[in-house]
Amino acid sequence: MEITSNTFKKNAREALADPALQRAMSHVRSGFIDKRARAAAALPEFDEIRDTGRDIKNHTLAHLDLYLEAYEDRVRSAGGEVHYAETAESALETVLGICRKANAKTVTKGKSMIAEEIGLNEYLEEHGIEPVETDLGEYIIQLRHEGPSHIIAPAVHLNKDQVEESFRAAHTDLPADRDLSEPTSLLNEARGILRERFLAADVGITGANFLVAETGTSVIVTNEGNGDLTQILPRVHIVVASIEKIVPTLNDVSQIMRLLARSATGQDLSVYTTFSTGPRRPDDPDGPDEYHVVILDNGRSEMLGSEFKEALRCIRCGACMNHCPVYQAVGGHAYGWVYPGPIGAVLDPQLIGIEKAGNLPNASTFCGRCEEVCPMRIPLPKMMRHWREKEFERHLSPATARYGIGLWAFFARRPRLYQWATRWAMRVLANGAIGKGRYTSLPLAGGWTKYRDFPSPEGDGRTFQEQWAARRKSA
Amino acid sequence: MADEKARRPKVGLFVTCLVDLFRPTVGFAAVKLIEAAGCDVEVPAAQTCCGQPAFNSGDDGDTRAIARGVIKAFESYDYVVAPSGSCGGMLKLHYAGLFNDDPAWKARAEAFGAKVHELVSFLTDVRGMKDVAARFPGSVTYHDSCAGLRELGIRDQPRQLLGSVEGLKLVELKDANVCCGFGGTFCVKYPDISNAIVERKTEEIVASGAETLLAGDMGCLMNMAGKLQRENRSVSVRHVAEVLADMTDVPPIGETRES
Repeated sequence: MEITSNTFKKNAREALADPALQRAMSHVRSGFIDKRARAAAALPEFDEIRDTGRDIKNHTLAHLDLYLEAYEDRVRSAGGEVHYAETAESALETVLGICRKANAKTVTKGKSMIAEEIGLNEYLEEHGIEPVETDLGEYIIQLRHEGPSHIIAPAVHLNKDQVEESFRAAHTDLPADRDLSEPTSLLNEARGILRERFLAADVGITGANFLVAETGTSVIVTNEGNGDLTQILPRVHIVVASIEKIVPTLNDVSQIMRLLARSATGQDLSVYTTFSTGPRRPDDPDGPDEYHVVILDNGRSEMLGSEFKEALRCIRCGACMNHCPVYQAVGGHAYGWVYPGPIGAVLDPQLIGIEKAGNLPNASTFCGRCEEVCPMRIPLPKMMRHWREKEFERHLSPATARYGIGLWAFFARRPRLYQWATRWAMRVLANGAIGKGRYTSLPLAGGWTKYRDFPSPEGDGRTFQEQWAARRKSA
Repeated sequence: MADEKARRPKVGLFVTCLVDLFRPTVGFAAVKLIEAAGCDVEVPAAQTCCGQPAFNSGDDGDTRAIARGVIKAFESYDYVVAPSGSCGGMLKLHYAGLFNDDPAWKARAEAFGAKVHELVSFLTDVRGMKDVAARFPGSVTYHDSCAGLRELGIRDQPRQLLGSVEGLKLVELKDANVCCGFGGTFCVKYPDISNAIVERKTEEIVASGAETLLAGDMGCLMNMAGKLQRENRSVSVRHVAEVLADMTDVPPIGETRES
């Protein structure tokens, strides 16, 4: 996926001026937020389970090497293979190698953010293998050659009529006069087309919501059942997942599952929860002949020892972006890479570099709603601030901003000088707005006055400190 | 013992830079309310700003210097009170973390933080204030500023005290807990996004039908007032302390007596 995070401001402006996108984004506000709130309120122990989930992940991350080793052992004893990939490139080569060995022409794919992170579709296409997305949202954006704009609802930036347009453009062998006015007709059409692809696929690739160390099991949750067909029908099943998906036991899975769907879509549970352990056994009714797990690091083990460690607790529910005023305003594509929203603002600088993703942790009001709803209690604003510190230390923040803050801090550190200077400044500011009470434009404050008036200081501009001192003197 | 009980607690008022420069009435309202809650108030001259502009820009060095100054100026008081959830949260929750490599200062910052309160929650939660002697006829709505709400748990306190203001009718604002788009330097670094967020906020404010908008943070108030005025809305904007202290003779934020 091409990275455009460095032009975030421009992306955002374009997104704000895009009426179709704005119409689609209004559904995020009305849909996800209310449903999550109802689901959380209906479970009295929800906040306690959040503590449990956080503790499970913290424990796992503290002993990740041991649990990865245990997981690998169990997968092997179940007849599967584990491949470690330190980088995206190495993960891609591993997947390609398995596909080539299986003489694969087409692969079906369940929804996987790791596959998006490593750019798996483009890579397979470049190497003559056709990937077919089977999650409806992913299928739609694949037809449109777009990246996901949300980590659980990849096509949330689109309206129904845009989907209809894409289906008509892609499914040219279907009658042109067919009725696609209802969402169900779109769904049925995709289902019919994907059914063929499921049956024809040589390899099925899924992600994983959990990798269970105790049993060597990979777990996926979906609402469409596409993941099951992806992994059961082809001869080879490849799981691509990152190191932090490990949890110790099935009991831990069941705890975190109580948070996942509630935080994501407001469901108690997703419609399908699928556990896979190794390839088909002799008396299994179905399943793949080969079962591979590609475990990706891609900079995560570096996070383990850093101030960003807690971000590795993320279970990819999307609640942080659903509740983020910035995400709601500009949508996911403006962020310019795979992970948008608050979690993206923390992960992307690690994964693609702060030089490219520097805008993302800055584009936050620090309103704290992301942290408030995060089921894993990740302190997202604090982590965004840590990125700002790194930018400041490395002189990556814009020179004008650094100069402005430096100048302001020079005064703020010297109360006497500050009070002397602000007395004069406020008088000037108050004088300039006599009879009006506010400014409609103001030098050096164009960012403010472009869209809002700027209130002038109260009265004649005498500061509180000045008035207080005068009162003390006369008292 | 009797003397100890009778002693009025000493409160250091952290004025906040925006109140100091743009809305002195809020400072005087805070003094009046804190005194009404049975405390003596002092305003140390050695204060400027809580340091958030530097802190949120990643400039920890300057933030630490400012924090040391604030702590020195205020640590001798029984309480430190600020008419802002944002600045209050900064003093209370974020100073200590700046001194992770300096145990002596970290301990001072923690002891200091324990004394810090936002104004309205100080009145209700610490001083047990249940009502105020104030009159403000008309309908008002209240915006929950983010830091006060989520860092300090301020939600019911201002509503409780507003409920005792004579003539005041409180109408709830839809999505009152959603950010107004101010975000400190955010609003000038990302003006287009900030504008999109505050537009949604003013839409709800107007839809509430209230004549006056109140909140507890000057930054948010200046942002929302500025947007309402740019949109030619007739809603007036004030800091909640002005109403609670019955000090509403001064024109609303961004207005003059004539406007």
